[in-house]
Amino acid sequence: MDGKGGKGMKNIVEIKELTKKYLNKTALNNINLNIQEGKIVGILGPNGSGKTTLIKILTGILRQTSGEVFIDGNKVGVYTKSVVSYLPDRNFLYKWMKIKDASDLFKDFYSDFDEGKFEELLRFMKLDKNMKIDTLSKGMHEKLNLSLVLARNAKLYILDEPIAGVDPVARDEILNAIINNYNEKSSMVITTHLVRDMENILDDVVFLKDGKIILSDNAESLREERNMNIADIYKEVFSQ
Amino acid sequence: MDFNNNLPIYIQIMNLIKSRIISGNISGGDKLPSVRDLSKELRVNPNTIQRAYQELEREGLVFTQRGMGTFATEDMEIIKNLKKTIATDLVDKFFIEMKKLGFTSHEVKEIVSEWMEREERE
Repeated sequence: MDGKGGKGMKNIVEIKELTKKYLNKTALNNINLNIQEGKIVGILGPNGSGKTTLIKILTGILRQTSGEVFIDGNKVGVYTKSVVSYLPDRNFLYKWMKIKDASDLFKDFYSDFDEGKFEELLRFMKLDKNMKIDTLSKGMHEKLNLSLVLARNAKLYILDEPIAGVDPVARDEILNAIINNYNEKSSMVITTHLVRDMENILDDVVFLKDGKIILSDNAESLREERNMNIADIYKEVFSQ
Repeated sequence: MDFNNNLPIYIQIMNLIKSRIISGNISGGDKLPSVRDLSKELRVNPNTIQRAYQELEREGLVFTQRGMGTFATEDMEIIKNLKKTIATDLVDKFFIEMKKLGFTSHEVKEIVSEWMEREERE
């Protein structure tokens, strides 16, 4: 995370001097960040801190004003889109669909979509292929979306607020699914403001405030240095 | 398990494994859960579990066999020492807290004696 990466560790994401300006506002201000292979990285910050803008640039939905972003050694584009599996923070499926239609959609769209893995995830999440999308609760929706996203064999998983607004049981199932699907060859970027619930699954944390990284480190090092858990550090940093 | 206190999580996991070893929940020579299984059980990042196992190995409490997994030490001397260390730590903490509350060593001794007598009667 210090810009060079650890010994022998490959960077899946390299962000150099990334700036994004809208007409009258700077959403991201000179961001430098590397994400190593096999790491789960939390992007933490309140609404409006730039989390969503950062994710939209990583996924190629938005273009930066200046700076560079590499994913698996490539500039954001057709290739990187094929190796990034993205969970948006809103629904992306049609109401008329059944879960199996969503599965077909993903299979058509992404060559790395693993149907077997998806079915395993559905069982784990206690969802059935014949369920209709518009009958799902908020928690079930979130579990379905995450199952679709994790069923891809991607290099980088980007999960935008994966546990926001779900009940504690669904939250635990979602966290379990994330842990179960961890592998050393890919990385995960997770944005959240529910730090207490997520911090134990994160390797590294990045604190984003007003478009700038104000703190970025290994989560355990931070706990060790400050004698605080990440949720308390978050409160301290953002209450100022 | 809740990791709400302020220690790094790998240390909390080391403490958990240590208490399982000294309570006999894990016996000498037993296989520990795999990194992945413990990660699921505790809902903690696998790299954190890995680190805890590495540190336990450094302390001689566990050993790794390639392709087989991680095992609790069979050296009873090490387990005995661990028990002693943990007991000493607990007693230290107890005395520090009692002193903070204003008890003298003598009063603490009386309280402990009373506790032991009650325990014997039951």
